[in-house]
Amino acid sequence: MYKITAKEHFSDAVVKLTVEAPLIAKSRRPGHFVIVIDSKHGERIPLTIADADPAAGTITLVVQGVGESTRAICAMEPGQSLTDVVGPLGRATTIRNGGTVVCCGGGVGVAPLLPIIKAMKAAGCRVVSVLAARTRDLIILEEEVRAHSDEVIIMTDDGSYGQKGLVTAGVEQVLQREPVDEVVTIGPAVMMKFVAALTRKYNVPTVASLNTIMVDGTGMCGACRVSVGGKMRFVCIDGPEFDAHQVDFDEMIMRLRP
Amino acid sequence: MNQDTISPRSAQWREELRRSITAKQRGEIARVAMPELPADFRVTTLSEEVNMGLSSEQAVLEARRCLDCPDPQCVTGCPVGINIPGFIKNIERQNFTDALAVLKETSALPAVCGRVCPQEKQCESKCIYNKMKKPAVAIGYLERFAADNADAPVPAKAPRLGIKVAVAGSGPAGLSFAGDMIKRGFDVTVFEALHEIGGVLKYGIPEFRLPNSVVEKEIDALRDLGVEFHKNTIIGKTLSYDDLIAEGFKAIFVASGAGLPRFMGIPGENYINVVSSNEYLTRVNLMHAGSDEYATPVHRGKRVAVIGGGNTAMDSCRTARRMGADKVMVVYRRSEAEMPARIEEVKHAREEGVEFLTLHNPVEYLADERGHVRAMRLQRMELGEPDASGRRSPVPVEGAIEEVEVDMVIVSVGVSPNPLIPSAIPDLETTRRGTVAVNDETLRSSIPTIYAGGDIVRGGATVILAMGDGRKAAAAMAKALLD
Repeated sequence: MYKITAKEHFSDAVVKLTVEAPLIAKSRRPGHFVIVIDSKHGERIPLTIADADPAAGTITLVVQGVGESTRAICAMEPGQSLTDVVGPLGRATTIRNGGTVVCCGGGVGVAPLLPIIKAMKAAGCRVVSVLAARTRDLIILEEEVRAHSDEVIIMTDDGSYGQKGLVTAGVEQVLQREPVDEVVTIGPAVMMKFVAALTRKYNVPTVASLNTIMVDGTGMCGACRVSVGGKMRFVCIDGPEFDAHQVDFDEMIMRLRP
Repeated sequence: MNQDTISPRSAQWREELRRSITAKQRGEIARVAMPELPADFRVTTLSEEVNMGLSSEQAVLEARRCLDCPDPQCVTGCPVGINIPGFIKNIERQNFTDALAVLKETSALPAVCGRVCPQEKQCESKCIYNKMKKPAVAIGYLERFAADNADAPVPAKAPRLGIKVAVAGSGPAGLSFAGDMIKRGFDVTVFEALHEIGGVLKYGIPEFRLPNSVVEKEIDALRDLGVEFHKNTIIGKTLSYDDLIAEGFKAIFVASGAGLPRFMGIPGENYINVVSSNEYLTRVNLMHAGSDEYATPVHRGKRVAVIGGGNTAMDSCRTARRMGADKVMVVYRRSEAEMPARIEEVKHAREEGVEFLTLHNPVEYLADERGHVRAMRLQRMELGEPDASGRRSPVPVEGAIEEVEVDMVIVSVGVSPNPLIPSAIPDLETTRRGTVAVNDETLRSSIPTIYAGGDIVRGGATVILAMGDGRKAAAAMAKALLD
């Protein structure tokens, strides 16, 4: 059992949970994810690791309640335990040593982006972070992102905070004004698709972290398969990060539909 | 392989038993038929086992058929070298406990093997009766009978050696290895990636063929012997090879199994409701998606195509019938004679209303406007010259393409080895196919403290071959650690 030791509400539907998982806390790297089962009859769902504290033996998960299981996890309180947590899974992010990186995250995608921002900054990159959400209340982890970024651009669909507009508008501002070595994007598939389309135009290498359906998460079921550069790849084993310019986002979006 | 047994052929009781009736009389007894649930009831239940098992009377009578040959060839057909006449003769004299004890001398999982081994290709294919044009002794049914009808005798505990060994994976290879090593006195810890112990026995093989309770019983027996199990732990991810060495483990047996499902690379394979058999069976078997109490969803297709002709394909098509499909079609590119599935599985599938489209091969899937698969295009095939495997290879019949409506496709054309461990331990040599390279005799890898067996070495084989590997690796590792 994996005890929840702390909980913080980011919004009605988004919570941050600190969970006891000492081995994972020690071995995880930015980009990794875990598979979580909330209860005895629960399903296996992939969640990216937002942070970890190896000394305390805990990992941080940011969960958005969208389905039955994620809503059940969001309703859990400190002291309760997740039945199963396994990981760290996937390949870790390749961290650049220097250069300018634009890290853009949408919605809860900011959570898995945070460890990448931290690592890029620590490795000596100039980090410009672009955070986007529908509205002000859904912007998460702004303070933490600010602490590890050279600049933060906030975009909201309704203009209630930062600039009004989509994440792509924020990214394009940076691309237009300075040379960028790499863009990292994590968020809804549609968002990543448009970020990829934008950066292709500017010819800037771009990494997208994909959030497909998974069952086991260990390279067995094939539910997470995506087409990358015309080849079948498995997000759990080969990913979750891929060259965004090679990903067939339309197919991925189709496969995510119920 | 089988030198120490509690029931040698020279035992007095066996001599007396052999003399009690003549070989001719034994040969006149008809081979027992396995009692089965009726097919129309079977398709309504995911969990009821199709084969109901023999009664004591049936088992004792079948055991009497065995001639207790002086040079029993059946044993040579068994990958783990079970003392087959030894356990069968114990059944004949109605000492079921000793029958199970003999099985447990070499097999950690007799209740499993009795159900899922392809005996007709192994022990039973070597039975002397085949030469006499009579049906072989039903060794598999008898093995299952003994395992189900006796309490597992607790073997005398070997003196502890104080040497720790680790196992990556709790499927048949890992469990078999763990059983042998704990009996030798090693401290054995099994690490499993999933949230249940048992590997393919849990996620792959359906309950109607191998109930989970049967697997649990065998695992509990290993636990009683002192084997430690840790679930949710992936060697190479949660714990590295170096972590294990630092924890004091002296050697590791990698039995991480088959992994990535293969697809055919044809257009439309990524449409919704085209799934691998691994995904389908994992959802239904491991995650219980067929039960309303569980959260995992699964698509319940009404017209389902299963692509492939192996045992996994049979498990998939029979599961689909039980999940409410009206029409289930097995699509196989060769003829039925070449089908790798066990004859019994094909028979059961057919009884359950599964249709067989042999000499057909999918070339494309078509979808509706939402991306849900709605049809498959099948290429008719005919048999040509024998290929490298000795089977006549299928060749397309030019222009013979038909379209068949489906709302679900389960692709069951094989798996590749699980890449997790090979990619986590860069020094571990692999083959071109991605399997761990090992010495054929010792199953030792390029790293002297790492041994490997089962599907991570074989790429995709049977439960019993995996178990044989577990035994072989245990013998070799024990020797290396004790010398």
